[in-house]
Amino acid sequence: MAEITLVEAIRQAMDEEMARDERVFIVGEDVGVRGGVFRATVGLFDKYGAARVIDSPLAELSIVGVGIGAALYGQRPICEIQFSDFIFPAYNQIVSEAAKMCYRSNGEWTVPMVIRAPYGGGIGGGLYHSQSPEAMFAQIPGLKVVIPSNPHDAKGLLKAAVRDPNLVIFFEPKKGYRLIKGEVPDDDYITPIGPAKISRSGSDVSVFAYGMMHHYALQAAEKVAAEGIDAEVVDLRTLYPVDRETILASVRRTGKALIVHEANLTGGYGAEIAATIVEGAFSDLDAPVRRLAGPDVPGVPFSHPLQEWFMPNVEKIAESIRQLSKW
Amino acid sequence: MATQVIMPQLGESVVEGTVTKWLKKEGEPIQEFESLLEVNTDKVDSEIPSPAGGTLLKILVPEGTTVRAGTVIAWIGQPGEVLPDSPAPVDLHVAPAAQPAAETKPTTAAATGRDRDLGFISPVVARLAREQNVDLYQVKGTGEGGRITKKDVLAYLASGGAAPKAAPEPAAWETPGEGDLFRPTELQFAGGAPGTTPAPKPAVLPAQPLPRPDLSPAPGDRLVPLSTMRKAIADHMVMSKHTSPHVSTIMEADLSRVIAHRQANKAEFERSGINLTFTAYFVAAAAAALRAFPLVNSSWTDQGVLIHGAINIGMATALGEEGLIVPVIKQADNLSLLGLARSINDLAARARAHQLRPDEVKDGTFTITNHGIGGSLFAMPVINQPQCAILGVGAIKKRPVVVEGDAIAVRSMVYLSLTFDHRILDGSSGDGFLAKIVEVLEQWT
Repeated sequence: MAEITLVEAIRQAMDEEMARDERVFIVGEDVGVRGGVFRATVGLFDKYGAARVIDSPLAELSIVGVGIGAALYGQRPICEIQFSDFIFPAYNQIVSEAAKMCYRSNGEWTVPMVIRAPYGGGIGGGLYHSQSPEAMFAQIPGLKVVIPSNPHDAKGLLKAAVRDPNLVIFFEPKKGYRLIKGEVPDDDYITPIGPAKISRSGSDVSVFAYGMMHHYALQAAEKVAAEGIDAEVVDLRTLYPVDRETILASVRRTGKALIVHEANLTGGYGAEIAATIVEGAFSDLDAPVRRLAGPDVPGVPFSHPLQEWFMPNVEKIAESIRQLSKW
Repeated sequence: MATQVIMPQLGESVVEGTVTKWLKKEGEPIQEFESLLEVNTDKVDSEIPSPAGGTLLKILVPEGTTVRAGTVIAWIGQPGEVLPDSPAPVDLHVAPAAQPAAETKPTTAAATGRDRDLGFISPVVARLAREQNVDLYQVKGTGEGGRITKKDVLAYLASGGAAPKAAPEPAAWETPGEGDLFRPTELQFAGGAPGTTPAPKPAVLPAQPLPRPDLSPAPGDRLVPLSTMRKAIADHMVMSKHTSPHVSTIMEADLSRVIAHRQANKAEFERSGINLTFTAYFVAAAAAALRAFPLVNSSWTDQGVLIHGAINIGMATALGEEGLIVPVIKQADNLSLLGLARSINDLAARARAHQLRPDEVKDGTFTITNHGIGGSLFAMPVINQPQCAILGVGAIKKRPVVVEGDAIAVRSMVYLSLTFDHRILDGSSGDGFLAKIVEVLEQWT
């Protein structure tokens, strides 16, 4: 097993899937000659050629539209949206066309496609390169929404997404591309879409997170462990369809739940988890369900101190765990 | 002259603070306004400047201790200075410590369990308590503000605290040999006379240690000893709230006809030396309604609902700060308005003069409290045990009301509240009874 970065795990997954299945191709801005602005497709243009690693115009609507057409035609496109901030021009194609295809054709047509989109803040990207739009997709039946938090899952989940018969939105925590490293098996494996993972067992508080925030949540759990607080950390991994059983089982053990995401609080994905918990484990709750999320401002500020103010981080998560623990 | 350092009140609602760090040691010199210590309140740490220059003579509150705002926590002065005596600071988070003045010895129940209200009970704590039959009053809370957490319950269970269904401690008067002195008066003589139904035992809830809120007297507080009446009222009110599930319902009545009747008859009553009060009308209406709804004129017992033959209406009479007393108008349904008014005048006057005879405050089957005298519109009075219900009469106010033909008219209105024992009455029967009172008042002839 080799220790690699998150972005390398994603690159490997695409490389292996392209080698395995010649229907798999990549389309996106600067994915070809340049190898992607985050270097996620580096080397693939040379290896598979311009017909399978396609540099697109700066038009997300057409990237996704081309993908849908090709997928219906039997291909296995991987569309890269350079930043998830730019996905909105394609929202209509995703929500009104791709997500509904299987349903409205009574299963006759599906869109076996992956849309990869780096998301999240804390990278000095300002308003247009920091957004976390997962909640807007994790409520659309017909979509699957996946957010990995580590190289092992990123590779396994992306390979599963490529092989999935329907559209998978694959959000990648871009701050963690090179920050998060981990061991990845050498052999071909997939990580199934759906199940969440208890990444740290604990008895005092359940912390639910995904992507970069899961990475921080684990660190926060270690930090409070030194103070005698035993936090359980659950990596949701798949937001839609979400693994309700694992969430509820965790809350039934600890009685306290904290949900962390960097997207805005109001209407954020944490609300869905909170509602799931209150509906399914009310009589096991020992405290109000808490959410730690980005504040309700229109964007992640560019100014560094304001960005710090916006972003949940290890200390903010640790403090939330402390408060919930002593409640 | 040494200067006190006191725990500051760091915010309007912040009543205590924790000394997190002393920045100076005893004996060290310090300048005025130089940082002396760090204090934590709720979530915020603050540096506290020294109120005076000199030497830190004595630290009274060690680090990690939480004290109430205003507590003397240190002295600053000149070396060798003799310090005045100051009371030892009380660590709020360690023990309730010595209570000043009044001799209140903690009971054993409080020592093993809690001496405060149970506070918020989370769903899981409620469920565990129910499933495991845990008396939460025995569980020590370690959560925020002393809340009982899931862990506290689990720890309590682990320590063998699970309560096998203990037989409730018998009430004092059920203990053999304690004598009639300890029995409620209504039980002492009932059943003695031939031909009367033996009185069934009243339903009594198991005695529980009563929770008490945290209370430590602040400077300037004073303790008023409990008068016999105060204590009797307190015991009775608490017992009532523990005994009956109280439900209140409120209706309003148009008193136009009552007022007209009173205006027409007041002078005539006065000639007989009787002050015709509104109370007489309310008592008359209640008596008529009790006759129509005998179930309200009752007491709950374990054997069944004991419906009383006599309609004896108590009327709560305020005695100022001293308390209140409830003289009873016996057989109220047999009295005319004149008879009721005379009886009310007499009982109220003698109540205020402390000249009631003991039997005049006994055997009530229903109570009326006229809280409207003080201007109150409606209230939720506490049931006078072992009765079934109590009628609250609000202030009579002129109000615009919509009358027949959708016209707006000025009418003298009153809110009537009925608080009843939900074990005996349900909402609909309670409402029916109250509606009857309203009907009698509105249709007064």
